[in-house]
Amino acid sequence: MIFVTVGTQTPFDRLVQAADAWAHARGRRDVFMQIGAGDCVPRHAAWTRFLEPTEFQEHYRRATLLVAHAGTGSILQALQAGRPLLVLPRRAAFGETRNDHQLATCAKFADRGLAVAWTEQALGPLIDRHLAMRSTRGSASRGPTDLEGWDGTPRLGPDASPELLGAVRRFLAQ
Amino acid sequence: MSARLHPWPPGPWRILGRGVRRGPAKVLAVASSGGHWVELLRLQRAFEGHDVAYATVSAGCRVDVPTARFHVLPDVTRWEPRAIPGCLRSVVSVLAAERPDVVVSTGALPGLLALTAARALGIRTLWLDSLANAERLSGSGQAARFVADLWLTQWPDLARPSGPQHLGAVL
Repeated sequence: MIFVTVGTQTPFDRLVQAADAWAHARGRRDVFMQIGAGDCVPRHAAWTRFLEPTEFQEHYRRATLLVAHAGTGSILQALQAGRPLLVLPRRAAFGETRNDHQLATCAKFADRGLAVAWTEQALGPLIDRHLAMRSTRGSASRGPTDLEGWDGTPRLGPDASPELLGAVRRFLAQ
Repeated sequence: MSARLHPWPPGPWRILGRGVRRGPAKVLAVASSGGHWVELLRLQRAFEGHDVAYATVSAGCRVDVPTARFHVLPDVTRWEPRAIPGCLRSVVSVLAAERPDVVVSTGALPGLLALTAARALGIRTLWLDSLANAERLSGSGQAARFVADLWLTQWPDLARPSGPQHLGAVL
């Protein structure tokens, strides 16, 4: 299953349309989208507007590929679930966010191995490339969209960095 | 580095004799839903041994902290300023119910309101700016400078000698 999510906030029709077009072009039946309150509804994929947190986690676990907006919630949950992730950043110019902080997030995380579709046109080809890498290298191998955690581990544990946990502990103990 | 002192005069609860704390702290952890909430949950291990309650803007988040006390605040952004007084009222009633020693927030505006009210009441406050703000602090994150005893960014290059400090990230 390929799980496409726009996150809990505002609509993101550009992502929905691009993923829907890809599902149609490839004839895929295994695409599921969480589309929020957007106007645009997928015609070639199953979808829902919102998911409860437990359902979200379930979809993250079951997905072979996650396609999301570049929110830290989506990125962290993909890391925690150890799933490959491809993101399309929201843009202020299209009214998708108030500012272009998701571009900054992408720039920072791209250094760490996050796969970024900088435009909606790039999304489909990047999904293709990921799936091709998986099929040639086997599902156990690491494709181009396999995120790495801060310290180079393929999967992120549930906790903040020891440094931050220590700082918070010291503050609480004062 | 400005080690912030408590506001003076101290808030009413401090005067009314919570006094010097011994043992576990009462912690109120506040975050909006989405990324802010996911980031807050990654601090949970640091809360171990303390008495923690959570406040967020979505009732669905309850499943993430099934055993903790849990409060729902109205969601508010600075783009809908008319909702701010209502959120502030909820924040104050949660503070009155919880009487925390410390309020911790990863944003956004509801968290800032919680820190503001907490600070006025003499409660110690920690702001951890979201990972999402990689190039500059959010509006709430900048305002938090005035109400946070410990004011943190998760990006080293956003740290300044006058604050915010960088002391690690949720990653």
